[in-house]
Amino acid sequence: MNDERWQHLFRDHANSSFSDLLRRDSPHLFPGPATRSSAEPAAESVPHGTTVLALRYRDGVFMAGDRQATAGYQVASRRIEKIFKADDLSGVGIAGAAGPAMEMAKLFQTELEHYEKVEGDNLSLDGKANKLGQMIRMNLQAAMMGLAVVPIFAGFDEKAGVGRLFKYDITGGRYEETNYDAQGSGSKDARDSLKKLWRRDMSRDEALRVSLEALIDAADEDVGTGGPDLVRGIFPSVKTITRSGFGDVTDDEVKRVCETILSERTKTGNGG
Amino acid sequence: MPLPYYVSPEQMMKDKAEYARKGISRGRSIVTLEIRDGILLVAENPSTLLHKVSEIYDRIAFAGVGKYNEFENLRIAGIRHADIKGYSYSRGDVTAKALANAYSQALGNIFTQDIKPFEVEVLVAEVAEGNGTRNEIYHILYDGTIEDERNYAAMGGQADEIRRFLKDHFREGLPLDEALQLGVRALTVTQNKTLSERDLEVAVLDRTKERRKFRRIPPEALSQLLGTQR
Repeated sequence: MNDERWQHLFRDHANSSFSDLLRRDSPHLFPGPATRSSAEPAAESVPHGTTVLALRYRDGVFMAGDRQATAGYQVASRRIEKIFKADDLSGVGIAGAAGPAMEMAKLFQTELEHYEKVEGDNLSLDGKANKLGQMIRMNLQAAMMGLAVVPIFAGFDEKAGVGRLFKYDITGGRYEETNYDAQGSGSKDARDSLKKLWRRDMSRDEALRVSLEALIDAADEDVGTGGPDLVRGIFPSVKTITRSGFGDVTDDEVKRVCETILSERTKTGNGG
Repeated sequence: MPLPYYVSPEQMMKDKAEYARKGISRGRSIVTLEIRDGILLVAENPSTLLHKVSEIYDRIAFAGVGKYNEFENLRIAGIRHADIKGYSYSRGDVTAKALANAYSQALGNIFTQDIKPFEVEVLVAEVAEGNGTRNEIYHILYDGTIEDERNYAAMGGQADEIRRFLKDHFREGLPLDEALQLGVRALTVTQNKTLSERDLEVAVLDRTKERRKFRRIPPEALSQLLGTQR
């Protein structure tokens, strides 16, 4: 009897993975490095997302990002969104080449939703983080041409009852951070700021303030990162992920806190 | 050399249809009702883990009766169709109509070409956005026959009796609790037993929800919704 006819059903554990399905059924839709004839790096001319950060607080995690995309020394867009809802209990913040990064975020969202629908159950937070790592690794070839994507992944772990966050390198290496992390061109400045301001078990208001301080510091020091734009009314996007789900912090609230920070800094007479 | 038996095409189709109908009539039924805030799906299903009603996409739900492994295969194929389409175009471009056509083609092909037809009926429902568009409910039979239904639909073992009952009792714009009670009464119309929340699997396509409209109603909430009658 030919066992092959049914045994493959047990080996096909990728059954509920959308990215595997896409690669198998519609490879032309699968994001991958565009073949380029010249070896010249494209990085300069392509918009890059600049600073995103995530930090833990009492109820879960905060994710925040500035709104600017930068191509070389030019502003490519003032209003892009860098923090995406991955599913009800997790989010992904993208830094690096904006196009591939947004494509990756979309593929990741679909992947999680597809799994949930097919299996009737959610992936564990570790499972989600691992899957994102694999997607980044698939982008390695493009990353070598200067189109790197380095997201931050954060979510609420239902089993453990805590917020958790993960950072990645361009090869898909995944590292869990216990307190905070930032990615993108302004990440060093944001991290320096977080290092001084972050404390264990902060309240929501404190965490919001700390996130925005760090983003304003990043915008202050890094030419690629956009600060709060009072003229156009563009403010950093800030999201919370807690037991009750993925939520927005409203623009009004962000605006108010930004204005407080800026006016306090004006009084002291130095930028920080 | 022995000659293969000759069976006339009419006879073959008749036999297959009878076989499929027999399989389906053994299964428990499902009713679907258009309600004030969307579409309600009520299935008689004592299992809490093996679903007959499930989510396909933002506004689209799936229900299947008959042989579990067969409609489960169709369900997963539907999710794949929807997710790939939504990924390559936009989420708004995924429609129940395209999906129902795909099911109809698939079941039609299987019915004519395979020795054993699928013993299933499936239902694809899409809730309207609310801006003048209408809900869509498609009912696809084991041989690929496709019908679009208005107001209510029933499939499974006692579908004919249930349909007759709903024809007399259905009213437009029912709230969730009343519609659910009507659905449960419809399911028991040919039976002498009563159905408790443990025998039911209930889900709604809830127009008031953001993006993903599909929502399962857990047993605790069910007993509350059913209890209002008593």
